[in-house]
Amino acid sequence: MAEQGTWKVKKGLAEMLKGGVIMDVTTPEQAKIAEEAGACAVMALERVPADIRAAGGVARMADPTIIKRILDAVTIPVMAKCRIGHFVEAQILESLGVDYIDESEVLTPADEQFHVDKNAFKVPFVCGARNLGEALRRIGEGAAMIRTKGEPGTGDVVEAVRHMRMVMSEIRKLQNLPEEELMTAAKEMGAPYNLVVEVAKLGRLPVVNFAAGGIATPADAALMMQLGCDGIFVGSGIFKSGDPAKRAKAIVAATTHYNDPQVLAEVSKDLGEPMVGINISTLADVDRMQERGW
Amino acid sequence: MRIGVLALQGAFIEHEKSLRSLGCETVQVRKREQLENIDGLIIPGGESTTIGKLMNDFDIADPIKALAEQGMPVFGTCAGLIVLARDIVNSTQPRLGLMNITARRNAFGRQVDSFETDLQIEGLGPEPFRAVFIRAPYIEEVGDGVEVLATVDGKIVFAREKNFMAAAFHPELTDDTRVHRLFINFCKTFHNLR
Repeated sequence: MAEQGTWKVKKGLAEMLKGGVIMDVTTPEQAKIAEEAGACAVMALERVPADIRAAGGVARMADPTIIKRILDAVTIPVMAKCRIGHFVEAQILESLGVDYIDESEVLTPADEQFHVDKNAFKVPFVCGARNLGEALRRIGEGAAMIRTKGEPGTGDVVEAVRHMRMVMSEIRKLQNLPEEELMTAAKEMGAPYNLVVEVAKLGRLPVVNFAAGGIATPADAALMMQLGCDGIFVGSGIFKSGDPAKRAKAIVAATTHYNDPQVLAEVSKDLGEPMVGINISTLADVDRMQERGW
Repeated sequence: MRIGVLALQGAFIEHEKSLRSLGCETVQVRKREQLENIDGLIIPGGESTTIGKLMNDFDIADPIKALAEQGMPVFGTCAGLIVLARDIVNSTQPRLGLMNITARRNAFGRQVDSFETDLQIEGLGPEPFRAVFIRAPYIEEVGDGVEVLATVDGKIVFAREKNFMAAAFHPELTDDTRVHRLFINFCKTFHNLR
């Protein structure tokens, strides 16, 4: 019997995205540039995080017209973002036929206590996390893919590095705990016990884990891959740079050949202006998107 | 037995796990040097456009074609099926084009239409194979010399031609290793010839 929307099918699409780059796009033209450069998927948005940051106010799900046009423009998977806890935006995105929903801290949260019940959907979800407990809470709610939060729209990779290192180091710690200490570990990190046990056994997250938030160069992408992530999200880093097509292609090559400094040197040449960054340490607490989510 | 898995993008680690569980040595192939001394090659699931472009950019399409001509077995799953197809409906994307088949991409629909189902596969006995289809293609037409191994609702999802095999589903995502064993058997023949 044929079954749709199963855990295997939801998690499976993320497996197919591994070793690839998912790029933020705001128009069908940008989506085509991304596809042509070798993106394994695109994220359809009304504004990239850097512009959301600059505009201020409330950031919401993109206009369905924009999402539809991007769905029609490319053959690769299309993702779209809903606000944290906004399950109706998620319902709308599912009905539009998007391939993955990002319940994202880049948009203004719609619920300050609860995330979307992602198990209730046929379409799979990806969620951001800064540490293992947060990642496992999201997986417990049904997320079939995890990404670091980083600090979106800054072009500063430091927070993505912090979050990836944190998750990896917490996994290594769990692996070394005797069985009887796992329940207390689960309690302390606020994570479902069964998932804590699974992570201790697997030595990795039970779903695909991408890096996101502040990745702007091929070297940034390779750094995150060497730190152990499965693939890369690039938000503002491509279409806020001087030569988006060339940079996009270079980041794709760097994600494949992340362990080969010669290739990395080659693809890093003459990329033009990178996005103008914001140094994290100059960012006021209230402007940090990564604090959103619970 | 030493089998290469094209590791440009996609679910190559899952294929390696399946192969290793059957006692094979595996090699991740990102550059042409890594094609040396392998008894077969798997092109995994992933994005076919991404894999095709990277294959051209890093000059490994031609060496793979040359080895395939010499009889090296090649098995493509999902995106790998598309890369192996000679014709792809509505697409000019880069490909190896080794198999005499016409592939249709995203043929069952978008992700919400992705599914798993029980397949009857030719040569695997009566026990059905639980097959996972993710934004899967199917084979719309087969040319001379192509043997159809499985269908879903009349659509061809598994086929074989000479030393090539193509599946629209993901045998690397399930614990049933019968499809991988089928491929390893081809590789054994090639290994003995080498």
